[in-house]
Amino acid sequence: MTISLIFVPIILVILLNIPRLSGKAAYYAALAFFAWQFLSVFFPFLGSQQIADLISKFFNLNVYADGISKIMIISAAITAFVSLITSKVFAKRDSRLFALSNLMLLAAAGINGLVFARDLFTMYVFIEVIAVASYILIAIDKKDGALEGGFKYLIISSVATVMMLFSAALFFLVAGSTGFAEISLAVKDFGANPLVSAATMLFITALLIKGGIIPFHAWLSGAYAEAPAGVSVFLGGIITKTTGIFTLIRFFYSVVGFSENIKTVLLIAGSLSIVIGALIAVTQKDFKRVLAYSSISQVGYIVLALGAGTALGIGAALFHVFNHAVFKSLLFVNSASVEKETGRLDIDSFGGLGYKMPITSGTAAIAFLSAAGIPPFSGFWSKLLIILALWSANCKGFAVLAVLASLFTMAYFLNLQKKVFFGELNAQLEDVREAPLALTLPAMFLCALTIGAGLLFPYVLRLLIFPAVGIV
Amino acid sequence: MSFESLILFKCYLITAPVLFVIGIYAIGTTRNIIAMIIGLEIMTKGVTVLLAAAGYFNGKPQIVEPLIITMIVVEVVILTISAAYIINIVKKHDSLDTHNINKLKG
Amino acid sequence: MDLMYVHILLLALLVIFSVLAAVNLRIIRAAILLATVSLVTTFILFALKTPLAAIFELSVCAGLITVIFISVISLTNPLTREERADEKTKMFKRAVLLPVIVLVCGGAFYMLTKGVDFIPVAAGAVSKPEQGGMWNMRQLDLVGQVIIILAGVFGVAALFKDNKDDGGEK
Repeated sequence: MTISLIFVPIILVILLNIPRLSGKAAYYAALAFFAWQFLSVFFPFLGSQQIADLISKFFNLNVYADGISKIMIISAAITAFVSLITSKVFAKRDSRLFALSNLMLLAAAGINGLVFARDLFTMYVFIEVIAVASYILIAIDKKDGALEGGFKYLIISSVATVMMLFSAALFFLVAGSTGFAEISLAVKDFGANPLVSAATMLFITALLIKGGIIPFHAWLSGAYAEAPAGVSVFLGGIITKTTGIFTLIRFFYSVVGFSENIKTVLLIAGSLSIVIGALIAVTQKDFKRVLAYSSISQVGYIVLALGAGTALGIGAALFHVFNHAVFKSLLFVNSASVEKETGRLDIDSFGGLGYKMPITSGTAAIAFLSAAGIPPFSGFWSKLLIILALWSANCKGFAVLAVLASLFTMAYFLNLQKKVFFGELNAQLEDVREAPLALTLPAMFLCALTIGAGLLFPYVLRLLIFPAVGIV
Repeated sequence: MSFESLILFKCYLITAPVLFVIGIYAIGTTRNIIAMIIGLEIMTKGVTVLLAAAGYFNGKPQIVEPLIITMIVVEVVILTISAAYIINIVKKHDSLDTHNINKLKG
Repeated sequence: MDLMYVHILLLALLVIFSVLAAVNLRIIRAAILLATVSLVTTFILFALKTPLAAIFELSVCAGLITVIFISVISLTNPLTREERADEKTKMFKRAVLLPVIVLVCGGAFYMLTKGVDFIPVAAGAVSKPEQGGMWNMRQLDLVGQVIIILAGVFGVAALFKDNKDDGGEK
């Protein structure tokens, strides 16, 4: 399964470009690939196994799939699928659709490469692949704000990348290789060496910058809010989660392990992000900026769960990554629907949109409830797991904070829901209609996933989350 | 011999972070977006030197060679994309100054 | 012993040119100084026994990247006169401040490296190269390079193309 998910998108992109096919063809090819990616996690005999066998005769690739990779592959496939459908509604010209489809295929190849990598330097290469694809996707409409936000993202993310490379160089110095196995051996042998601790701190800082955690969040809202509507889904749903959070999980789980100092850093960074992200989100006036700051707050939960440092904590973090990918994509799709029908996103200028757009309003409400951790939606279970993990790891104060911070989540989402969808219908919005089917169908699909994963959570936990982190 | 290489090793260990600081300073103090990219390049040079030194002092320079080459390829792509950004920004604002770019956003 | 002085001289040159490139306000001069930094890096890479990487650094970083920089600079307008006057007042401050910062940081990093007890292998002692080429271990990196170059091609195509159309649309 592993290798074919990296190679097939490259082959698809080349096939689509050699006889330059139409944008529609590229669009359907990309959608088919994302669907196949989703299915091949559960059914590897659907072609991916055979292709992988064929490729491994020619190449000697150091890849490995474990449970963590599987969860990321599923989240990436769902988000990319929905994001591409959303993008098509906004793509006016065929050439735009062609470029979007190809870039999303390449970004998906980058994500797949990142989650299968077994080497620090390979991770860096694939993080840069994802980053380059997202810089282009953000600026693809060449809007003023998008260029500015994207440039800021480019600079800050590149600084983080340089820090990551510094850390890789230091690890190489100590371990003689950048492979995970060699590094984790070297960390065991020279744990107290200042070079190792410097490398670890640099790596964590770089990833916290890439994940948009609070002291380093300056780039995130601009990039999320100014990107084209479909691209926001992709960025908010998966890109920062793979480049920042997944790499962090992989780094701790497979490479260095947790020490007391690292746990403290993660707990503090996580709780700062939760609280400050939520507080800024309440004051924002732009629909997508509220979602961007809510992302910071939710990523804070994931980092907090990692701070527990136990297998349960990592499992909770992974489950929340999946849930966040689903409900944040859903919310960005809803913001795209609103933007499509009204042409703006300033939340003060709305009111009563729920009467005109019942599906958008309803799915948004479910996503809010899932994000705020209300049962039976899937967000509740991951938050419950996070709190349980913190409690059992003896971080009781942080567990209480996580519970209380859910109230903040409720606050900004209720504010948003009230201003946009509920209340008196604004007179200017009389002739607004429900969003086209191309936007409501993905919304309903994601909504079904949220409810489904919430109701079937024992199966999700037993089949995906617990095997990934080794809890029997 | 070993003492000498230890001193040399520490020289590299000091120089690479100093280049990082110079790059950060260049990015932080300038208002010109091209100068920011130049700061980024200076930082990347620091990493190149540190990687090569890591291979040299580990006795495995052949292993870091592909890493450095990969890094340079990635760097060129990033630089091309940022050049595209800069040209588009200048087309919109007719200025390279971050203050003007922020002002016009308004 | 001689070799050591060469290394230290090259490192000193690297820092000096980087400082000059960072404080220079004429962007074109900064770009040329950056090419000089690349040139010094090339020599350092040669001295560190990575000749292939050195050649790459010379042709790509000193050559191609400088060409990209200079074409971008010539395609864009330089700063206006007021902006330049405004910057000039700061130039003196920057030119003094940065070397001070560099010295302070150098001192700080020196203090930090005192605790490093890593023992490097003797300079110049190189293990035998593995048979079968150095890329054997790194095939996944090559795949990553292919993807990033493809993405870069799409980026250039998407971001440089039909600028006029989009301007009209807006």
